[in-house]
Amino acid sequence: MQFMLLFSRQGKLRLQKWYVPLSDKEKKKITRELVQMVLARKPKMCSFLEWRDLKIVYKRYASLYFCCAIEDQDNELITLEIIHRYVELLDKYFGSVCELDIIFNFEKAYFILDEFLLGGEAQETSKKNVLKAIEQADLLQENLDFQIRLFPGVLNPSMSAESSGLFQS
Amino acid sequence: MPAVSKGDGMRGLAVFISDIRNCKSKEAEIKRINKELANIRSKFKGDKALDGYSKKKYVCKLLFIFLLGHDIDFGHMEAVNLLSSNKYTEKQIGYLFISVLVNSNSELIRLINNAIKNDLSSRNPTFMCLALHCIANVGSREMAEAFAGEIPRILVAGDTMDSVKQSAALCLLRLYKTSPDLVLMGEWTSRVVHLLNDQHMGVVTAAISLITCLSQKNPDEFKTCVSLAVSRLSRIVSSASTDLQDYTYYFVPAPWLSCKLLRLLQCYPPPEDGAVKGRLVECLETILNKAQEPPKSKKVQHSNAKNAILFEAIALIIHYDSEPNLLVRACNQLGQFLQHRETNLRYLALESMCTLASSEFSHEAVKTHIETVINALKTERDVSVRQRAADLLYAMCDRSNAKQIVAEMLSYLETADYSIREEMVLKVAILAEKYAVDYSWYVDTILNLIRIAGDYVSEEVWYRVIQIVINRDDVQGYAAKTVFEALQAPACHENMVKVGGYILGEFGNLIAGDPRSSPLVQFNLLHSKFHLCSVPTRALLLSAYIKFINLFPETKSTIQEVLRSDSQIRNSDVELQQRAVEYLKLSSIASTDVLATVLEEMPPFPERESSILAKLKKKKGPGAVSVSELEEGKREGGELNGGGDRGDSSAISTPSPSADLLGLRSAAPVGSAAPSAGSLLVDVFSESGPAAPAAVNDDGFLRDLEPPTESSDSLLADPPPAAAPAAVVSEDPAPPLPESDELLNKFVCKNNGVLFENQLLQIGIKSEYRQNLGRMYLFYGNKTSVQFVSFSTTVTCPGELHVQLNVQTKPVEPLVEGGAQVQQVINIECLSDFSDAPLLNIKFRYGGALQNLTLKLPVTINKFFQPTEMASHDFFQRWKQLSQPQQESQKIFKASHAMDTEVIKAKLLGLGTALLEKVDPNPENYVCAGVIQTKAQQVGCLLRLEPNAQAQMYRLTLRCSKDTVSKRLCDLLAEQF
Repeated sequence: MQFMLLFSRQGKLRLQKWYVPLSDKEKKKITRELVQMVLARKPKMCSFLEWRDLKIVYKRYASLYFCCAIEDQDNELITLEIIHRYVELLDKYFGSVCELDIIFNFEKAYFILDEFLLGGEAQETSKKNVLKAIEQADLLQENLDFQIRLFPGVLNPSMSAESSGLFQS
Repeated sequence: MPAVSKGDGMRGLAVFISDIRNCKSKEAEIKRINKELANIRSKFKGDKALDGYSKKKYVCKLLFIFLLGHDIDFGHMEAVNLLSSNKYTEKQIGYLFISVLVNSNSELIRLINNAIKNDLSSRNPTFMCLALHCIANVGSREMAEAFAGEIPRILVAGDTMDSVKQSAALCLLRLYKTSPDLVLMGEWTSRVVHLLNDQHMGVVTAAISLITCLSQKNPDEFKTCVSLAVSRLSRIVSSASTDLQDYTYYFVPAPWLSCKLLRLLQCYPPPEDGAVKGRLVECLETILNKAQEPPKSKKVQHSNAKNAILFEAIALIIHYDSEPNLLVRACNQLGQFLQHRETNLRYLALESMCTLASSEFSHEAVKTHIETVINALKTERDVSVRQRAADLLYAMCDRSNAKQIVAEMLSYLETADYSIREEMVLKVAILAEKYAVDYSWYVDTILNLIRIAGDYVSEEVWYRVIQIVINRDDVQGYAAKTVFEALQAPACHENMVKVGGYILGEFGNLIAGDPRSSPLVQFNLLHSKFHLCSVPTRALLLSAYIKFINLFPETKSTIQEVLRSDSQIRNSDVELQQRAVEYLKLSSIASTDVLATVLEEMPPFPERESSILAKLKKKKGPGAVSVSELEEGKREGGELNGGGDRGDSSAISTPSPSADLLGLRSAAPVGSAAPSAGSLLVDVFSESGPAAPAAVNDDGFLRDLEPPTESSDSLLADPPPAAAPAAVVSEDPAPPLPESDELLNKFVCKNNGVLFENQLLQIGIKSEYRQNLGRMYLFYGNKTSVQFVSFSTTVTCPGELHVQLNVQTKPVEPLVEGGAQVQQVINIECLSDFSDAPLLNIKFRYGGALQNLTLKLPVTINKFFQPTEMASHDFFQRWKQLSQPQQESQKIFKASHAMDTEVIKAKLLGLGTALLEKVDPNPENYVCAGVIQTKAQQVGCLLRLEPNAQAQMYRLTLRCSKDTVSKRLCDLLAEQF
């Protein structure tokens, strides 16, 4: 896999992970191009696209689009399930994950992704093992004073789309 | 689950993010960010030492700002400081910042590498993993230099924790991708390969990605992984869905690992060890079988995971390309998916079938789905699926279905999405050229392309049609007539004007006899378009006009007047003005002879490779057009152009985008390039008969040196069918192909053409006969990019044929390079009349597999005919003399071709007899006479063919001085009409 992007229906980038060296300028250009391309597609269309010499695999969960770029010989369907497994991991960790969880806890979203995928390849596909690694890390930390659960509804009641669980629709 | 409560919320960060989200405008957001940046900067610069938590919080805010798309130019040092914190979350944020915002500042890199080194040697697995993740995320050369030596050690050490091994494997993979020269596996190779046997599925899943990448670069060193991968795969495939616990995903055991194993195996040829291969074939069969089982879950995740493995297995089957059984099963499975309700599966099935189409074992099976694919092209709602359907149609196209596919693509083009039109146009142009048997069809197709999608027809496409028309004199008249008609349309595309201008300028004379397309009519038609055209097209038209002056002296004054007009001779465009001035001068002062020399018809183009194919390749990116396809295209292109080595005399006419196609800008050498009209070496093989081209070939002296082409006479016959691949494996000569009689029949009335063609091989024939002697040239073309080895051919005369025919062959070279063609000469002497055909057996090895096929050599008794002219009276006298019942042979049969007079005449002439006019009292009937020359005797033959147009029937009667000849000729001829 060359990169993974998470963006909202409004085209706001929520997470970007690059597994190939690219300049910031190139990254921005690619992001713009892909967000536009994927958002223009209709719901029942197929999840795969040819783009430059890569294949794009994307899927929408509630208000968020998950979009991966893979190489020619990579498997589209298994990539679709990589996306799904990542959503499952987020869901399990946050407890019924929604877009706001990813906005407010973006660093966690990156940590979970690093445990699951490394260098663009699946590192650990067992849900239990990934969560175990993350939770162990959480137990290691000492600063317990500022623990809060950022209830999205409280912080931002108007943005209902962002607070709907990714698995709901 | 309140998992987040275990995490460390950073309240300040949450508030900041919330503030940003509440900003109503971009300006407000920037203002808020600048305020925050100022705050953070002052904190970092302040005297008071910040505690770890604050540092972490501010670094995290900077990261957030950067990810929003703003530039960050400070904070790196604070992030590096966090790396050496002994608090995990601080370290974690430090590493995240470094991973996202890596800076090539060498001072910083040294500090970062130091921190990583400490963590790697800490023996704390969570710290080690963080450090490895950072290396894998950054993957810079500096990091490779620092750690490429250390990580393999961590990977294979006995006491390394599983999770660290997983990270180490993928970290090494990333470093190998950026700096392969720095990652030396050497002594570690076999221990890395043995990670495939690791008990921990996660370790195998991570390690296999590394092994696959290394195997691609050093297949020999890693080849022991094949048997390990097969046994691992076999264990997974045969396990129950619960055996693998958490590695089972929606009832599918280890789908990621299975896909990766199948992918690894695609780096190698099929296993040589029979047991390993057997086990693997079993796995592949099991995977194919599972596809037919009812699903264990209705969830899409279940079917996706299952089908991901299935598609990867099919990719491996296609990669091996050696198991016909599996290939056909794969094709059937994909066939089912073509009509699946899931768009994703339809898309993937179309994509996967594209590669299957290029395998000789499955090409035919893929072709059976043509209707479904055409339907997909018409009805799929998603353009990317339609694109796949178009790709597949292109891949499955061959001679047998080219007309249908091209027609469908053309009709799709009328409504096709703009994004794929140009590519579709290129594909149609390539297919039309590659499979043109009938060049008028080719010309029609390209002109249709211009009509339907003129804007998307690139220069390469219209250059190409002109090159082909110039190189093939049998289509020039047709082309002139067709463009003339196309130009009648009130609005025609500028590309049509270009093609029309060029072709009428060269070949307008071929249709000038018809008063409806007289020279002046042609000129007026072209000139009516002139004012609507762009400068380059006008320039081309001016050149066409000067060519008209040479072709049709009667148009000289009209054209001179046009050239002399202010709008030409004083045109503000320098190019147009110069042409007008020069052409006007040329036409006024040059003598007819000089004019004829300077404006001679263009010599044939020497180019051998289709420039369109190169363009498509460029458009689709490397890998889109396979090498073999290019090779094939090159070869086919060569054929179209007459191929062969033409020497450099005509090289000046190679078109380049800037060069004037008419070559007038460099007109001087043109005359010397084409002085061949009066050549003494008249093409001995050139076809005669009414359908043949004009008697004097421009390049006739070259043509007889060249490999056979789909020559003009094939207009009369059907294209040769795409014969089934010869899959006989025995070393003994194979029995003749079932279609060999049919192939033989195509050569009864012609001497040259393609005898046989399949995915690998094309056999062309050129032959000539004098008296009872014949000489045949066989051209064996290797259509692949791989060499044929142990190539041998034998000609045998079975049964009594060996006393009737004397056939001598010279052996051929045993090696035929990919894309090459070898020639073989066969001398034939007819000793006495005969009925059977000699057998031609061809054997060779292609990629190790023996190919063995037998054809009938098209030597038939009629080849030894000498035509005999005679008057009506003589004919009927001899007819009566041959009145014994056994001397006559008669057949009544249904017409299997259109009953076209010219075609029938051409075939009878091709038979070798004289066609006698005004002999039969019924002018509808045909009568012929000839003498067959054998060494032993001469056999006189008379023929009468009576068509009944109403009943679409023929009655054929032969009377010969020898009964066996009557019968044989009657049998042969009954198949021709």
